[in-house]
Amino acid sequence: MKNSLGRMLPETVAGFGAVKPFAGAFATTPSGVRKAPRQKTVLPKANKLVDNLEEVFRRIPVRDGMTLSFHHHFRNGDGVVNQVLAVAAKLGLRDLTIALSSVFPVHAPMVELMKSGVVTGLDTDYMSGPVAEAVSQGVLAKPVIFRTHGGRARAIECGDLAVDVAFIAAPAADDYGNINGVQGETACGSLGYAFPDAEYAEVVVAVTDNLQPYPLHPISISQERVDYVVVVDKIGDPKGIVSGTTQITKDPVGLKIAANAAKVIQAAGLIRDGFSFQTGAGGASLATAHFVRKMMKAANVTGSFALGGITGYLVSMLEEGLFRNLIDVQGFDLEAIRSIRDNPRHLEVGAGMYASPFNAGCAVNKLDVVILGATEIDTAFNVNVVTGSDGKIMGGSGGHSDAAAGASVTIVVANLLRGRLPIIVDNVLTVTTPGETVDVLVTERGIAVNPLRPELKEKLVTAGLPVRDIAELKALAEKMAGAPKAPPQGEKIVALVEYRDGTIIDVVRQYKACE
Amino acid sequence: MERLRSLLFMPGNNPAMLQAGGVFEADAVILDLEDAVAPREKDAARMLVRAALHTVDYGASRTVVRINTLDTFGHEDIRAIVPAGPQVILLPKVESAAAIHDAVAAMKAVERPGQEPVKLIALIETPCGLAEALAIARADKRVIALALGAEDYTASLGAQRTKVGTEIITARNLLVNAAAAAGIDALDTPFTDVNDEAGLTADTQLAKQLGFKGKLCINPRQIDTVHDVFNPSEAEINWARRVLAAIRQAEAEGTGVVALDGKMIDAPIVSRAQRTLALARLQNPQEVEA
Repeated sequence: MKNSLGRMLPETVAGFGAVKPFAGAFATTPSGVRKAPRQKTVLPKANKLVDNLEEVFRRIPVRDGMTLSFHHHFRNGDGVVNQVLAVAAKLGLRDLTIALSSVFPVHAPMVELMKSGVVTGLDTDYMSGPVAEAVSQGVLAKPVIFRTHGGRARAIECGDLAVDVAFIAAPAADDYGNINGVQGETACGSLGYAFPDAEYAEVVVAVTDNLQPYPLHPISISQERVDYVVVVDKIGDPKGIVSGTTQITKDPVGLKIAANAAKVIQAAGLIRDGFSFQTGAGGASLATAHFVRKMMKAANVTGSFALGGITGYLVSMLEEGLFRNLIDVQGFDLEAIRSIRDNPRHLEVGAGMYASPFNAGCAVNKLDVVILGATEIDTAFNVNVVTGSDGKIMGGSGGHSDAAAGASVTIVVANLLRGRLPIIVDNVLTVTTPGETVDVLVTERGIAVNPLRPELKEKLVTAGLPVRDIAELKALAEKMAGAPKAPPQGEKIVALVEYRDGTIIDVVRQYKACE
Repeated sequence: MERLRSLLFMPGNNPAMLQAGGVFEADAVILDLEDAVAPREKDAARMLVRAALHTVDYGASRTVVRINTLDTFGHEDIRAIVPAGPQVILLPKVESAAAIHDAVAAMKAVERPGQEPVKLIALIETPCGLAEALAIARADKRVIALALGAEDYTASLGAQRTKVGTEIITARNLLVNAAAAAGIDALDTPFTDVNDEAGLTADTQLAKQLGFKGKLCINPRQIDTVHDVFNPSEAEINWARRVLAAIRQAEAEGTGVVALDGKMIDAPIVSRAQRTLALARLQNPQEVEA
């Protein structure tokens, strides 16, 4: 069958069930109820501290076929997933599903466990490195489920993603299971992506290398939901968790794109009191914040909040009074960690409040502007951030689709030519974020506005910005670099790309080398 | 009218920059074959720059190529580059009118029939060049501007180059004077600390005050700042409008001598006002008509 974007989908997928086709960004509404884990009791004087991970596996007990969940705030410095999976392998467990909110190169040991049948399912929002490579090559029999950050929260809340055991990497914990992310050597700041896991998993395990006296203060995840506390030598490598500072790019083309993106925001009339903003940590996205900051200062305005992954740059804007609040689901650097620890106006929120489409309102809905990247965008403004130009998995939505859906103005920033490849194509290889939720594409050689937003286009033209038809920009790129051929693909479906509402927006097929 | 507020250097051996050069909206791009390119890479850079002139769209930016000095690779550069049709050749280390004559002769020899004559900007970066600035500026009508290269110049003086630029104040004044005497533009030396935006603003404001009409840039990040300084301010535009209105009124009334705010308006003032409004019109065609 085809979904509303014309993508061919199977009716059912083994290990997933019936496929519900994507029908439009806001076309599917919820009809179910929230899932509830079983009640439990802990008697006075009972001890939650367990000697080691192996003992935790025995007490729970972890069995073949279970779903184990993890959060990704440690990024490429994570040490918990590999330790837990090593125990699973040692105990001879089989057929586990790993629900890890993002997968990084550090998780390479998972590949061997996939080959040996310890891990047969993967549920994630983003992946890069050897695991992504192995999945693209077809290492798993079942397709990986790609969700959005908000969609993952939704799936956990409604039971689509039923978590048996949540292992929470805890930079600080007490012996009764209270956890925060702001103290200790492996401090990572917000623990927002672990909130749904802690709330809905049948069993919750805190894994820490920093045991503090009871009661821990502050508390991000509370003792009410935590069954076991395990102390290990190290839960992660601080160098992989945070960078010292996040730098504005020096790439002149990236800066040009960022300056144009900021001009779009200004021309849309959004540099005003109450302005709300989300942007990424890399390249032109963060540089856009730099130009927006100048405009806010010049106009003497105070924004309401900046949202999402928080960098030191946004912290400095908070401290200068350019934003009243930061809403933080993930911190990227040491400044973000310091700020969320010390500044009450810097709020820690869970993935559900950040971006779940099926609750009584998420924070992305309150955004004026989000700045997003793209590996490809097509002439209908559909964006791919899952697969690269060779067809291999190299990313994932993360919060991309969520923020695009929520924000009043969604701006995609991208080089018209990346390397020697045009960024604009007729049809993206893998739709991640539907074009109806993308308003503007900003490149170094011009700006394209989604035809669904004529009033916005009018404003940008009036402001004298270089607005072009997206097909015109595509032709310009192809004049310079030629039109790239789509990469060949195998038959086997290696991943399902789920939209935030639980429908399937696209599939990823097995990698096939060019002949 | 011409406006060369910003001229952006880009290395002639960097394909990515050559390809992207048109996106930064500098008034001119300078594709550099001289200092940015090591001697053993001169051939490759020359071919790359020639190909770029044939294929890359530099949009509204004028195309300038800085060639090597005529006693090194300059003649080879002219033979390869001029037929590819750059608008301007930037000739480095010019020390005499004879160097201009040599360059023009070499250029004429290789220009294609019907080709728009390629113009020249003389880069003055030695004490000798500065001493000969007026003769250089008047050497040929292809010379459209003198540009100051202060790094080499101060090295020749044995003076330390500073951000404030006290050591080049005379050079700047002499260069502006020579260019003005010849009726061409003076272009200021680059500001070399690309991370110091406030310093760039101050340095450009000083250049504008001294009479420079534009500035060489070594990084795309400098362009907006340089344009902001060289663009006429609202106050300058209003002043220019009032000058021209006073002139029109005087003509209508048939009075000879015209004054504005108690100061006499003479020909140079009128010419400055006209230039200001012409610049403003380039900036914003609608608003300035009044």
